Formats: sequence, C-alpha cells, structure tokens
Amino acid sequence: MKITLKVWRQKNANSPGWFKTYQSPALNENMSFLEMLDVVNEELANRGEEPIAFDHDCREGICGTCSCVINGKPHGPHKGIATCQTYMRSFRDGDTIVVEPFRAKAFPIIKDLVVDRKAFDRIQHAGGFISVRTGSAPDANAIPVPKENADLAMDAAQCIGCGACVAACKNASAMLFVAAKVSHLGLLPQGQPERYKRVKAMVTQMDEEGFGACTVTGSCEAVCPKEISLDFIARMNRDYGVSLLKGEPKKIAGGGAA
Amino acid sequence: MTRLFTSTVGKKFVMAVTGAALFLFVVGHMVGNLQFFLGAEALNRYGHFLQSNVELLWTARIGLLVMVALHVWSASALARANRAARPVQYANWKPNSASYASRTMVMSGLIIMAFIIFHLLHYTVKVPAVNLTGKDFNTMTETLTGDSTRHDIYEMMVLGFSQPLVSGFYILAVGLLCLHLSHGVSAMFQSLGLKNHNYGPYLDRAAKLIAIVLFLGYIAIPVAVLLTKCGGCCP
Repeated sequence: MKITLKVWRQKNANSPGWFKTYQSPALNENMSFLEMLDVVNEELANRGEEPIAFDHDCREGICGTCSCVINGKPHGPHKGIATCQTYMRSFRDGDTIVVEPFRAKAFPIIKDLVVDRKAFDRIQHAGGFISVRTGSAPDANAIPVPKENADLAMDAAQCIGCGACVAACKNASAMLFVAAKVSHLGLLPQGQPERYKRVKAMVTQMDEEGFGACTVTGSCEAVCPKEISLDFIARMNRDYGVSLLKGEPKKIAGGGAA
Repeated sequence: MTRLFTSTVGKKFVMAVTGAALFLFVVGHMVGNLQFFLGAEALNRYGHFLQSNVELLWTARIGLLVMVALHVWSASALARANRAARPVQYANWKPNSASYASRTMVMSGLIIMAFIIFHLLHYTVKVPAVNLTGKDFNTMTETLTGDSTRHDIYEMMVLGFSQPLVSGFYILAVGLLCLHLSHGVSAMFQSLGLKNHNYGPYLDRAAKLIAIVLFLGYIAIPVAVLLTKCGGCCP
C-alpha cells in the first residue's frame, strides 16, 4: 500500500511551521505507524532531506513517549492504544493522513512532531510522590486495602503520561493526567498522609504551567491510550474541595527543635 | 481559601454552585409561568404575590444577580485561560466524542445572557420600545373589588408573545438554554466531585431529560399564544 502523508514540519520552537506533503514508498500494511515514519524518513535521508522528527521509545504502548495527532485524533483512529500500536492496516491504500504535533502552550514544539512535555514532570515533582520510604512490597494483608480501591488505584496508575488528554481537550487541559496521578496515590494507604497537600500542590503547578480548565467534554477519556476514566477528575475535584475546607495547617508557636 | 477564586478547579466550583442556583430558578420560573394555563386569575394572583413582598422580591433579585455575576465571571476567566492554553489550533481537529453542547457552552451562554437582558427589559422593566406592540405594558392593570388594582400579567403575556419576532427570539433562547443545561446539569456534579461510575450515567441521562422537559414547558406559552392568535386571523 501507499499513502500520502501531510506532516507538520517545524525547525524549532522559534521558527514558523507548515504542512509538507510526502508520497510514501510501498508499505507493508502490517507495519506500525512509527515504522511507516521510519521508512519515509529513510527515503528522505537518502534524498538528503531532513527526516521527520518524532518521539518514540518502547514501541509497545507502555512508555508514553510517542505522540502525534493522526487525522484529528491523538494516537490515531483506535481506542485504548498509543501511536506505536497503530498499524497501517487501519488505513486504506491511497489515503491522505494528516499528522500534527500535540498542540498546547504548555507543550512547546521542539521540532516537527516532537513536543516538550516536561510540564508533566514538573507537576509530578510538585506532589506526585510519597515522601517517606514505603519499603518493599508488604506481606499480604499487612496493610489492608479494600479490593475496589486497589482496582481503582491500579486503573489510575495505568496513566503513562503521554499527554494525549491535553492534545485532545479543546482547552488543552491536563486534568485527566493530574487526576490519575492524584487518585493513584490518594486511593492507597501509603498515600494518605500527603493526600490533601498533594492535590493542592499538583493543581497549583498544573495551573502555573498554563494548561486550561475542564469543560467535561470527555474527549480526554475518549483518546486516552490507557482509557483512564473521567471519574478520576471528579475524584480529584472532590479531594481538592476537601483540601480547601481543611485549609492550611495551624501554625505552632514554640516547641520542637527550632 | 483564596484558591476558590484563583485556581481552575476552584473557579469550576464557583461555576457549578452558581449554575445550580440558577438552574433551580429556571425550574421555579417555568413552574410559575405555567400557571398561564390556569387562566388570568391564577397567573395574576401569583404575579401579585411575588411583587407585593418587596423585601423578599429584592432579596431574590439581588441573590440572582450575584449568582449571574459570579457565573459569568468564572466563565469568562476560565474561557480566557482555556483559549490561551492552545495558541496554535489544529489544522485537522475532531471533537473526539465531545458533545455539541459541551463544546459550545460559552457561545450558548453569551446568547442566553443577551436574551436575559432583553427579557428583563421586556417584561420586568417593561420598556415599551422593546416589546414591538406599540403599547406600554405598565398601563395594563386589572381592577379588583374595592378599587385596588394589580398588574394584568396574563394580558401582557398574550400581547407580548403575539409578536412573532419576540416569541421567535424567546424560543431560540430557551432552546439554547436547554442545550446549555443538557450539559451543565450533569457537568456541575462532575466539577464538584459528586459523580462516579455508579450514578454518573444516570446524571447524564437525567440532564438531557430535564433539558427537554424545560424546553417544552417554556415554549408551551409562546406557542400557545401564537397558535391562538393565528387561529384568530387566518380562518
């Protein structure tokens, strides 16, 4: 099969970008989308042209490095998979495929389809961790965790931080990512001591990075390669509300080792 | 606590709570209006009851205005931030299962606000210039036993809605309001964190159903007036 590729080319963050159209060489329909880009790039390199820069790493849907908006949907046409798990058999011979980078102020373009997603790391650094050592895996039933909480925490922990939620949201909101990270730790006993401090710190950092707010359109959930539920955003909002009600900790005068 | 007004999640709390208050008003207003079908006596008595208690009337009015102001303030602050969050648009954008109502909340809200201003000038302040009938609604009164008079709301509504342009704008605005609520009524629960997989789907369905009921309830009056008027003029 052959396809026409309409790709966003941009030298760096400061230069303007534009779409450029390429005809692909003959492709095997069982190639992944990234392998197709590899083949196109090989031809570009042979011609002495600059290859298309794109992010990729594990190529098995677990690292969250690949991105791209393919025909208007982050990670391509299917549900619950990443770009690297999208295969060329999902397209028809002769199709024109439009490939764009994730577009958000908080994800500046580095080159072509590669965007800088360090904003997510900074949100994680603001509170997406447990400050004390939690030790190795505890013995069974040493720390009781309700089954439903364990399941929900596991669902939230599926988030690979790819940023598709931001890319799909009409407001470029990072709420689904932040909600997954807040809920993942907030549902487990080890995460309780910092639960309310965490949600406040992570939401504050999210706002500082310049992500938009949630309009509950549900497009984040629809494009998430790990199918993280919109319910986690409600859970985060709930925790945030409780953290506002609790307020800042009381100042203690004297005492302690000052 | 200042985070309530500075953070995105906090502003959504403000939006949800004020939206809930305004939604309750919209339900109450429709139920009150529907007394139109009980005839002039019932409607005018209801109107007189609301207007004669000046202290409560202004409490309610000021309360509603504050709710509207906070709702509009949080909406505009968030809309500006949302727009700034994506400076370069996609060339090829798909809604990806976002409903039409959810994508157009700002636009439907703005048109509803324009309508509310018109509606207040039309029936509350009763500015003669906007009712297109050439008559002053302030002069429409009925005399009760013992020389006291009260405002004839029934007559005013019949005359007001007999103008097709006025009724048309009313029906359009109510349609947009119901579109707004078909998303907003369930989204407010999400914003306040009161939604999960158990009752979330019911909230979504309930919001759509409530929007349809409100739409039918609201348009019943102008449609009834227009149909009667039309029946009178064209044989």
